[in-house]
Amino acid sequence: MATITDGTTLGELSTKRRFRNGLATGLIYGAFGLALIPLIWLSITVINRGMDRFFVNEDGSTGFNLDFLQQSMRGVVGGAITGGALHAIWGTLLITLAAAIISVPIGLLTAVYVVEYGSGRLKRSVTFFVDVMTGIPSIVAGLFAYAVAAVVIGPGTKTGFVGAVALSVLMIPVVVRTSEEMLRLVPNELREASYALGVPKWLTVIKVVLRTSIAGLATGVTLAIARVIGETAPLLIAVGVADSMNFNLFDGRMMTLPVYIVSEWRKGDAVCNDPSVPCLPEITEYRAWAAALVLILIVMTLNLVARLISRMFAPKTGR
Amino acid sequence: MTEASTGPEAPPDDLAATRPSRANNAFAGLSTASATIILVVLAAVATFLFVEAWPAITDSASLSEHVGWIRPDQGESLIEIIGYLVFGTLLISAIALVIATPLAIGIALFISHYAPRRLASGLGYLIDLLAAIPSVVYGLWGASVLVPFLRPFFAWLTEAFGWFPLFAPDPATGEASPTGRVALAAGIVLAIMVIPIISAVSREVFLQTPKLHEEAALAMGATRWEMVRMAVLPFGRSGVIGATMLGLGRALGETMAVYMILSGGLTFSFGILQSGKHDTIAAYIASQFPEANSYGVSALITMGLALFVITLLVNMLARWIVSRRAEFSGAN
Repeated sequence: MATITDGTTLGELSTKRRFRNGLATGLIYGAFGLALIPLIWLSITVINRGMDRFFVNEDGSTGFNLDFLQQSMRGVVGGAITGGALHAIWGTLLITLAAAIISVPIGLLTAVYVVEYGSGRLKRSVTFFVDVMTGIPSIVAGLFAYAVAAVVIGPGTKTGFVGAVALSVLMIPVVVRTSEEMLRLVPNELREASYALGVPKWLTVIKVVLRTSIAGLATGVTLAIARVIGETAPLLIAVGVADSMNFNLFDGRMMTLPVYIVSEWRKGDAVCNDPSVPCLPEITEYRAWAAALVLILIVMTLNLVARLISRMFAPKTGR
Repeated sequence: MTEASTGPEAPPDDLAATRPSRANNAFAGLSTASATIILVVLAAVATFLFVEAWPAITDSASLSEHVGWIRPDQGESLIEIIGYLVFGTLLISAIALVIATPLAIGIALFISHYAPRRLASGLGYLIDLLAAIPSVVYGLWGASVLVPFLRPFFAWLTEAFGWFPLFAPDPATGEASPTGRVALAAGIVLAIMVIPIISAVSREVFLQTPKLHEEAALAMGATRWEMVRMAVLPFGRSGVIGATMLGLGRALGETMAVYMILSGGLTFSFGILQSGKHDTIAAYIASQFPEANSYGVSALITMGLALFVITLLVNMLARWIVSRRAEFSGAN
């Protein structure tokens, strides 16, 4: 910074200070670089190993196929080179959708309350407890949903809807936080202009405040979905595992992608005894990684969509 | 505000004046109800967990009779197991924080004060992506890629620093765990998972440092690091503490990564390079839940309640510290 030519003594840094400055700079750049290593390493591994399943055919030959995305695990045993995650993908989509349907209205209205209506102690405690709720461990959310279902419906109830309730507990605070920030960005002049025209408050909120911040709200909701779609522990507890397709959220267990990853990984290598039947010991591992790849692609797509939404509809207010 | 819609001269029975105010009230009521739901849900979480945990808390005799893994005669009654698990949870979270905090502060400083302005937000987004990766994928990656990679490093650690209690070799075999599925491995993966949380909050706090303080430091001839030490770090200290506590809250409750990486066991051992010595509450619940009978479920929910209370306290403390900082900072 101040290495001036040797002639000038003014503004010259002592070696010690220069060394410390350089060391700190190096460490700080190093910390950032170090954090990138797992990100890159993990991404490469998931892409690399996730592709394996798509390149083995049912008869054991290699060749690209999409069986994994078209089959469930119904009747798949041992090291048979079949079986996919179609049921898990459907389960994940349905349960996440149900969770979003529960969380988004509650989350949005709460954000509206906090920003537009709230006052006094209720507002303070809502803000505080929303923050606290962000920190509920996901497995506790799962236990909660399970306990509610056990009390309300009957012991041992595991359905997709119970899982959706568990995910909502995790999703609501995220929706509230992000929407709250977005609503705060709406300039007060807009509200005042609307009031001045005689528009009642509730219409102002719906037609002016929410309309102005719609892009930010969409981004927030997308990010919240991206966050809960990868949750495993609550679904393991509240929904359980299944091998077949199940489109009914209110009846029976469902498979979801994250739980599918764990259950395939937990099976370990398959045993291959009969050489006449095509069999692959590592097929369970292939399936787990392929499911991880699909899951990561879904999550990253959601993140990208969120970023695109916020980019495209960025509020055009001069700061 | 509600009255603003009805003009001052509007007659009370005017339809146009009454309808909006009724809708107004309905909408206000709806949003207030939603806000109240949040408080109700939080209370319900505690209540329902407590209701389901009650049989296990009160009836310890039939608990040990019906649940295979509860063995009071071997020093593994429910309360003792919870004790082991709380120890394991705290130990592994502590490892994660020791690794993550300095790195996260470095990253936050990099993005707030060191990186080129134009790149900063993009680089911050890269770090945020670390938080977007599902924990089960971390678990899969940790168990099948990272642990085998770290195994030689663990072996070297026990060889070189085995005299240090933390890195002590397994007393039974005299060397590091051959599987590498140890507390340190779980801690490292947890560290990767909490880094984005700690660095995101710290970054926000560092960015709030008053520009005048920074410029004053630089004008006095401070180097960039001296400026950071004199202006940025003191200003952000409580924010960083709060961020670390938030990271702790996340680490305490993390389930899948620990479950998939750690080979569990119940002891009060500090040997973080020995496998089968530690387990966390969340991972223990996840591993026992699928096969548990109704008594077992009740016992596991008791553990969940314990975890809930611990994380609640940590998070409340964290939020309190962060919000106290916001009040005093004066930078709105």
